[in-house]
Amino acid sequence: MINSLSRDFLKEILAKYRDPKLANKIVFKINEYAKDLGDILIMHVCGTHEWTITHYGIRSLLPNNIEVRAGPGCPVCITPASDIDSIIELCLENNVSIIAYGDMSRARGSKGLSLEDAKSMGLDLRIVYSIQDAYSIAINESDKKFIFFGVGFDTTAPSTAYMVLKGIPKNLSIISCYRYIPPAVGALLSSDDLEIDGLINPGHSSTVTGMSPYKKYFDKYPKPMVFAGFEPIDVLISIYMILKQIKNGEPKMENEYTRSVTWNGNVKAMDILFKVFNVMDGVWRGIGVIEESAFEFKDKFKSGNARAIYNIEYPLMDIGHPKGCRCADVIKGKITPLECPLYMNICRPEKPIGPCMVSIEGTCRIWAEHKVIDKLNIRG
Amino acid sequence: MCLGYPGKIVEIRGDYAKIDFGGGVIKDNIIISLVDAKVGDYVIVHAGYAIQVLDEDEALKTIETWREYFEVIDQVDK
Repeated sequence: MINSLSRDFLKEILAKYRDPKLANKIVFKINEYAKDLGDILIMHVCGTHEWTITHYGIRSLLPNNIEVRAGPGCPVCITPASDIDSIIELCLENNVSIIAYGDMSRARGSKGLSLEDAKSMGLDLRIVYSIQDAYSIAINESDKKFIFFGVGFDTTAPSTAYMVLKGIPKNLSIISCYRYIPPAVGALLSSDDLEIDGLINPGHSSTVTGMSPYKKYFDKYPKPMVFAGFEPIDVLISIYMILKQIKNGEPKMENEYTRSVTWNGNVKAMDILFKVFNVMDGVWRGIGVIEESAFEFKDKFKSGNARAIYNIEYPLMDIGHPKGCRCADVIKGKITPLECPLYMNICRPEKPIGPCMVSIEGTCRIWAEHKVIDKLNIRG
Repeated sequence: MCLGYPGKIVEIRGDYAKIDFGGGVIKDNIIISLVDAKVGDYVIVHAGYAIQVLDEDEALKTIETWREYFEVIDQVDK
């Protein structure tokens, strides 16, 4: 361990996990396995995995019968439209300032308005990188009231929980749109919409939750499930592991990202998370209600809960994708962005229509930025 | 939301750490309260918080094991 401090560990490790020679060998084995298999659909549920897959052209390396498709892995994309509507209305009427992540500010609600759009109507919008920045803004401007738009998955929610436990300024409250990924994976597995043959599970979300919350879904719907890291070799090995399980007819929960994911996860973070939040049924935009998938503040933290303070309705229904927009099907992994008539037509990164084109973790945005405009770009 | 960057802790002050992400990127306001980390550890940082201490030995050991594995199955096949 002492040696590792003196060398450039990060450079060394990244070079190994991006090694083209090793990639070639794995791709060769993937191709061999694929010969004995029919059409295989592997789904992942993480915007960062989609970025790695698209950025490194991993789809172009795969045989034609092996498809890797993105599912619901973008927090901004699945944040209920009605919450965006409610925030805009509430803040404008009550002269409350809203603090949000940059991506969230550009996603449109059901009336076609985003937080960014509402600025021209007088909305005081502050863009931040973390809940910590929101805390500092509220302290520095104690004469104003602020709401923090809490968006994210299990990776992000613990930081908000920690801040709430430590104590937030009186003029700051939080609207929780945080969502829990394992039940969403359970919903994907149980859905009749798609026959998924294997899952690449999200590395950093699972770093926090651990693998254990997935066990009950795996037991009910035993499909190959590999917890994966974010370098190209991580993803290729995960695809290989899934195909091997399929070929052997032995579905398992396996961990590829052993340098970060464990069975129990970050116990400290999960303890903090469940001290502050209850798990409730929650709306995922484009999907609908998923049981026990939403983090909502416990009663004893209602002094920091924007929903309790301002009577913001808790969304019970999925409403409002823009007309013609097929984000709902992209989020569910039923189609790729290429099948949406708006994609790179009137919906582009500089003027996004649907949330999947807004967020840097949205599939449409990632494809657009990598100039994936036809099938040739995918298959190579 | 899995955006996370590995970096090395160079200094700790209470809840906060200064973290070197390589390539000249250093941030000094990363909260490390969700992990048990010390100076010299590599951590994965997400939205201003360290969410895990990277297991360096495991990282190197695993990739070497895979490298050997794909060498061997290559040779067996030949």
